[in-house]
Amino acid sequence: MAEAAAPTLAVSRLQAWYGESHILHGVDFEVRPGEVVTLLGRNGAGKTTTLKAIMGIVGKRRGSVAFAGRETIGLPSDRIARLGLAICPEERAIFASLSVRENLLLPPRVAANGGLTLERIFALFPNLAERLASGGGKLSGGEQQMLAIARILRTGARFLMLDEPTEGLAPVIIRDIGRTIVELKREGFTILLVEQNFRFAATVADRYYVMENGRIVDAFANSELAANMEKLHERLGV
Amino acid sequence: MFLGHAITVQQLYGQLLIGLINGSFYALLSLGLAVIFGMLNIVNFAHGALYMMGAFVAYWLLQGAPIELMNGARFDLLFGFRVPYWGALVLAPLIVGAFGALLERALLVRLRGLDPLYGLLLTFGLALVIQGLFQNYFGASGLPYAIPPQLAGAHNLGFMFLPNYRAWVIGFSAFVCFATWFLIEKTRLGAYLRAATENPIMTRAFGLNVPRMITLTYGFGVGLAALAGVLAAPINQVRPGMGVDIIAVVFAVVVIGGMGSILGSIVTGFALGVVEGLTKVFYPEASNTVVFVIMAVVLLIKPAGLFGKVA
Repeated sequence: MAEAAAPTLAVSRLQAWYGESHILHGVDFEVRPGEVVTLLGRNGAGKTTTLKAIMGIVGKRRGSVAFAGRETIGLPSDRIARLGLAICPEERAIFASLSVRENLLLPPRVAANGGLTLERIFALFPNLAERLASGGGKLSGGEQQMLAIARILRTGARFLMLDEPTEGLAPVIIRDIGRTIVELKREGFTILLVEQNFRFAATVADRYYVMENGRIVDAFANSELAANMEKLHERLGV
Repeated sequence: MFLGHAITVQQLYGQLLIGLINGSFYALLSLGLAVIFGMLNIVNFAHGALYMMGAFVAYWLLQGAPIELMNGARFDLLFGFRVPYWGALVLAPLIVGAFGALLERALLVRLRGLDPLYGLLLTFGLALVIQGLFQNYFGASGLPYAIPPQLAGAHNLGFMFLPNYRAWVIGFSAFVCFATWFLIEKTRLGAYLRAATENPIMTRAFGLNVPRMITLTYGFGVGLAALAGVLAAPINQVRPGMGVDIIAVVFAVVVIGGMGSILGSIVTGFALGVVEGLTKVFYPEASNTVVFVIMAVVLLIKPAGLFGKVA
């Protein structure tokens, strides 16, 4: 099993805009190699915008996003992807005009080795192997989520950003995704997770950051989760 | 319907042939427009002018690629070598396609994300500028371009004479259309194109250089137009106005077929060419307007086009 050292991410003073809307007001956090870090927060807190800003697909950003020590704030998204970051967006973004196979093979390899083989991917997601010829738009929600994750695993990117991977999925599929994330962590992947469902997050995360109004307002380790439960309920309104 | 004069079988087949020829050009040109519109969201009004440029580049290559300097001296770029039709068939689309890529990089890129109206205005202006320049330099009348000797003559099919060159145009156009369709729908490169058309932001976030793909796609669409121009050169004369004459019908074809549909442009192009030809046989007065009448009807019944997907 390849023990490639996963890179780190250091975000400081990150601001981002969608058109005129100023969404992120100065976000600071970091992700260490091999960690699973979860961003928690209400709808509209800025969690999705943070992932998109790191990937370079928001309108305007300012501040610093250092990946493996390298500044990426000024880079276009294709350059960022080729450094080894990958995003699995909330809307999954499966291409309806491509078949499942074409969707899976679309993202180019960004590392010479380190990408999962198709064999390995089909072992993790057996349903996909059966649906290869289907149009991308014909998949169920769970299948789309599997495909969205599978497709970035093939590229060799070792830093994965997963935005609400369990949203709207059946419990048995959520369990599968949880197992997959734990498996990936064991192989040395570094994962930045956005999740509303913090009970799911608790099964995979090492650390948490809580976001509110475009800022980080709290941070704690998984071991401190129980102690912070009441505060979390208040902040998240659940 | 027959308006008092007899239609001979010869006339019918003759017009069908002309209809297929025109249909070949409609198909090639609307295919290029559809590919460009899909990727760039620009209605490329310059398409007719670029078709005309293809014919003129073929003519120019045949003359030995002469450059006329300000002092009247003439310099042959190819040192006396004259590029025959077959060379022009490859070179003209490459040259005009490269020019198109340059246009995209220099001008069209500034319109990205803006209302499609700006693309329409800019390309319309480009068409006028290009046509004006050519008219200024070459004059409004047509220049001759000979049918390549390998395709001269005709075959007697029994019910009609089929000129070899015209058979070539139809066959080769159909081949190019099919090859383009195959490239887009069945290959890895085509998958990149379809993905970038559907969701350019995510496609770029996977590491693909979408801006470069857009430039190359525009160049490719322009190259198809230029190819049609080279094919047309021995049939019609090479005139600066040849783009204007054809572009209105091509736009009607694209509207009827559906703006985003590759297959739609090809099928509709050939079909409408034939419809136009048949109308000329049975009701010649309507032959100029039949395509536009069909366009109006399609817009009323199925605005997305016959093959279009409802957005």
